[in-house]
Amino acid sequence: MRLRAPTVAGIAATVVVAAIIALLPFGLSDYHRSTGATVAVFFIAILALNIVTGYTGQISIGHGAFMAVGAYSTAILTHNHGWNDLATLPVSALIGFVAGVIVGLPALRLHGVYLALTTFAVALAVPQIVSNYPNFTGGVVGLSLPSHTGMWLYEVSWAVAGIMFVVAWLLLRGRTGRAFRAVRDSEVAAASSGVSLAVYKTVAFGISAAMAALAGSLYVLVNNYASPTIFGLTLSLYILIGAVVGGLGSLWGVLVGAAFVELLPLGLTSAGLGSSQSVPVIFGAVVIGVMALLPLGAATLLRAALHFGSQIGQHSDQPLGTEGR
Amino acid sequence: MTALTAFQARTRIRPTTGWIVPLLLVAICVFLVVGSVQSSLFAQQTVSGLANGGIYASLAVALVLIYRATEVINFAQGALATFATYIAWQLLSWGFSYWEAFFATLAIAFAGGFVIELVAIRPVERRGNQLTVVIAAVGLLILVEGAIGWIWGNQVKFMPSAFAPHIYRVGGVAFSRQDLSTIAISIASVGLLWLFFRFTKVGLAMRAAAVRPAAARLVGVRVSWMLSLGWGLAAVLGAVSGMMAAASPSVLLQPSMMDGILIYAFAAAVVGGLESAAGAVIGALLIGVGLNLVSAYISWVTPQLLLPAAFVVMLAVLLVKPSGLFGRTRVRKV
Repeated sequence: MRLRAPTVAGIAATVVVAAIIALLPFGLSDYHRSTGATVAVFFIAILALNIVTGYTGQISIGHGAFMAVGAYSTAILTHNHGWNDLATLPVSALIGFVAGVIVGLPALRLHGVYLALTTFAVALAVPQIVSNYPNFTGGVVGLSLPSHTGMWLYEVSWAVAGIMFVVAWLLLRGRTGRAFRAVRDSEVAAASSGVSLAVYKTVAFGISAAMAALAGSLYVLVNNYASPTIFGLTLSLYILIGAVVGGLGSLWGVLVGAAFVELLPLGLTSAGLGSSQSVPVIFGAVVIGVMALLPLGAATLLRAALHFGSQIGQHSDQPLGTEGR
Repeated sequence: MTALTAFQARTRIRPTTGWIVPLLLVAICVFLVVGSVQSSLFAQQTVSGLANGGIYASLAVALVLIYRATEVINFAQGALATFATYIAWQLLSWGFSYWEAFFATLAIAFAGGFVIELVAIRPVERRGNQLTVVIAAVGLLILVEGAIGWIWGNQVKFMPSAFAPHIYRVGGVAFSRQDLSTIAISIASVGLLWLFFRFTKVGLAMRAAAVRPAAARLVGVRVSWMLSLGWGLAAVLGAVSGMMAAASPSVLLQPSMMDGILIYAFAAAVVGGLESAAGAVIGALLIGVGLNLVSAYISWVTPQLLLPAAFVVMLAVLLVKPSGLFGRTRVRKV
């Protein structure tokens, strides 16, 4: 979505998509509703990553770690302390925000590749830390959570996803969003213009991590189970792939990215194109193919469809070093 | 090739380290030697730490090789190494001798790395930016790990070692032949690579292509082929690392075998400044020995906490000295 005044086409598209998402579960089986809920989880997580990577230009390969923080907040509060699972969501977001600020502080000194490396290491380290404290987190065995119907999961997940979408849109269209993009496009220029790098980078990480934590809470509710293996490297990689395939710096791309990472593997399996063994191979190949053909993600196609003809001069929305080498 | 030689003279990278880093390294060496003389357990842990460090060093140098050429971290390096190790395992199970399988695997890994750069990375690099190449590498990681599970299954396999198990005793200290051979093979492979870069024309051309692609192109270096060659050589080093790792008792041959080792290699490369192969080797040895000693002497550091510990080392180096111990500091432009 263009982050200026909302266009008629933009509003109309939002309403249509929201209506489709709201009506969809009535035509689905309960199993497919929980699949739909997982798409919402990925939607929120990719949205979160998009704020920090797409809009603020800070690469994170470790967003699965923030999801784990939220997931274990919810799991521990419900399993060990008997909380209602919906009541844990605000707490999860808050703890996620704090975790994001803590990670964001060192990120102030790390750039590009170094940040990618560090967050990649976080993604691998967090499951290890979780399994090292079994009294607290259930260790490798994990913690079980109350189970819900697919309909409940679908509605709750997409309600949270809708709220997060609006929050992200409000955040990114105004002063804060402008500061984020200034940091992304040139840190030195942003700092010279009075944008505090420290404040905006930490805020971006905090908000992004809070959203990712919410996604993690919903993820364990959908699985009704929390274990370190769920939050392994693969999850972080899938979020990153979703964000880039959808198109960094594009809110609409998030939906495409979420559907891509959750539905493509399922679709391949149910279409008989691959067994559970061969799906990762096809998925990886598709990712490389998309990067070769559409380096800026599906958002470029969406933009072309929404405002065809007016593509020239929109380079300010292109993220991260598109100047090439 | 005279223009290229002149070019070499002008662009040789001089490390900008002061006297603190060498002093620190000497102090660490003295500490290790004195400790080893005092305690035989310490000596054994140091040697097996050096063996681990050798495994990390090969992979770290592979990462540095690709990073210097394209400023891209190859997140798939570990998965490619695992794939090569499975090929070695397959050849061995078909009845080839260890060294036949070893060198055949290196040749296959070289061809594989070369072709992957050509087929998967180059088309992405042509149109995209650094981030899209990183994502392509991540896609490659998923593809390769998936392919391993698809072809060979996810069960743990047993990878034999190059030499029969044997214990050498030196003054009451027991060293396993396994550890010593790992150290020797790692040093040999990194050393051969250094000789290749230092004394061959192709090596010189590859360095030129990495440091100044445009200038190298002007003096007749085919830069894109040098990049493919770099990926091939990196895959060979990764294969060495993978075969050494799979033979060590603490690692089992399975699709995610190199995930943890990749992090140690990252940490090693970062300690060395990401652009310095020698720095990466020193970083790898420091991390291998350091983690081994920490887990041997500090009881609450469980094996699960070693990966987070490597991460802490990496973060600490990045925060205190972002250019690493041997890297160059860079000025950022607007």
